[in-house]
Amino acid sequence: MSSSSSQSFFALCLRSRSFMVGGSITAFLLLCALISLFWTPGEVYGISIATRFLPVSAQHWLGTDQFGRDILSLLMAGTQNSITVGVVAVSIGLFAGVGLGLLASARRGWTEELIMRFSDFSFAFPAILSAIMITAILGPGGVNSIIAIGIYNVPVFARLTRGSANAIWTREYVMAARASGKGKFRITIEHILPNILSILIVQATIQFAIAILAEAALSYLGLGTQPPHPSWGRMLNEAQTLMFFQPMQAVYPGGAIALAVFGLNLLGDGLRDVLDPRLSRKR
Amino acid sequence: MTLLATLLGASIVIFIVMEILPGDPALVILGVEATDEAIALLTTELGLDRPALERYFDWIFGILQGDLGNSYAYKVPVWELVEGALKITVPLAILSMILSVALALVVGLYAAANHNKASDISLMGISQLGISIPNFWLAVLLILYFAVNLRWFPAGGFPGWDEGFWVCIKALILPAVALATVQGAILARITRSSVLEVFREDFVRTARAKGLSQRSTLWLHVLRNSMIPVITVMGLQFANLLAGTVIVENVFHMPGLGSTVLKAINNRDTIVVENVVLMLAAMVVVTNFIVDILYAVIDPRLKAHDI
Repeated sequence: MSSSSSQSFFALCLRSRSFMVGGSITAFLLLCALISLFWTPGEVYGISIATRFLPVSAQHWLGTDQFGRDILSLLMAGTQNSITVGVVAVSIGLFAGVGLGLLASARRGWTEELIMRFSDFSFAFPAILSAIMITAILGPGGVNSIIAIGIYNVPVFARLTRGSANAIWTREYVMAARASGKGKFRITIEHILPNILSILIVQATIQFAIAILAEAALSYLGLGTQPPHPSWGRMLNEAQTLMFFQPMQAVYPGGAIALAVFGLNLLGDGLRDVLDPRLSRKR
Repeated sequence: MTLLATLLGASIVIFIVMEILPGDPALVILGVEATDEAIALLTTELGLDRPALERYFDWIFGILQGDLGNSYAYKVPVWELVEGALKITVPLAILSMILSVALALVVGLYAAANHNKASDISLMGISQLGISIPNFWLAVLLILYFAVNLRWFPAGGFPGWDEGFWVCIKALILPAVALATVQGAILARITRSSVLEVFREDFVRTARAKGLSQRSTLWLHVLRNSMIPVITVMGLQFANLLAGTVIVENVFHMPGLGSTVLKAINNRDTIVVENVVLMLAAMVVVTNFIVDILYAVIDPRLKAHDI
């Protein structure tokens, strides 16, 4: 990227309100996750009956839970969990889905038909239900829920990639590349992939948000991250039984999930404005 | 035809997935201390020692004849287990759909009519927030406020339709609102952008030029023409709505399809899981089929065979 085009890219970023707000929230969450790797204000794993249900104080900003753990620390460590799930699940979807989509688009014919019909079937299954079924096969657990969400992401990216790639294959410069004797694989790498990258980045941000929501839902149902690892979804599940006398415990983790999803969705909108201005004007 | 093919495909996927599921139903029913003979006996009794292909065709032909088979865990016909659950999940999904469409139309039209004004910008900000809220968390918040604090609605459970229509609707309101808020927020954004798009069309300018008020133009011309994308997304969202019921039912401790399928997965009651998941997939497929028909109703230019 030349210096002038990178300058205009940053100018676009600064001008997009969605990008700035969404980006700041996402950066804040990343920072929380990073800090929690080295330091949390209180205990995350240890159980201390003497300090259970402590109210909000200078030492415990959000109080403590039924095991005496500091709620703010749990939320911070939960950020780590959600971000890991998002990154891994979206990467699985991206690698497998984009690969299949590009293959379908380059090969056409029965390969395309097979890949697309397969993703059609998977769309008849609600996302969470597929994840529940996959977790049922693999057994409950953090890693398994990530794989389940990742598998769900595959057809999403496959469809998007194939649709966008098909449009690029008809362009004149691709035809020129074919005429000059370039093979399908080389064209895919040199021309198709770079041209659909912005659409994929925007979708990846949205799928990241969906992955966080799905992991929280699975953990809430007891199928995701297992104790003692902190997870927002499970915190919410544990808080529900205490809802009548510790209502705020149910409010914090849900608020964290909502903030993360809100930030990522805004970032996705902002990225679309920045990376594909034609698309945002059409909206 | 496509409808049947999709359902058949779905049934194959479900069956294969449940085949891979580890855990022997007979072992789960009898417990870890059961003898090998007892497990083998029960496996034969349940018919699980037969080839997979034979079991698949038995299942499919059974469904075609209205027989869903017997639950492994409870030894009763699957239909008996599912019948009561359907009477909760289906009304819940329909009620949520109605609420979300009502919410979307009111918010979307109001925002479009006040394009770029403060009310439009704040409504769209709120809808962005609505999309981000996990429905199960919203469900918990609704219980906290409306059931625990105000005591307007029950905090959970379902009385059963014999107890009276309104008592049941009252029990369904909070879960339906929890589900409808997220769906409604998504639909409101689509409604707004679709209405704005139609507002720019030539026929709208003509209608305005011949003296029709903004309001009449909106109701007579814009609304109908802007409904196609809204209905498309509604159909696509229905799958998510059903998935949402699985979780939200759990928050409200309602014995709907969601809790039935979760319990069946834990019991390795594969036949119940297969039937429930197929039912959910069928609901999604049928809804999208209805959406296709609605296209032609809304816009007669799109004849059914063109779709």
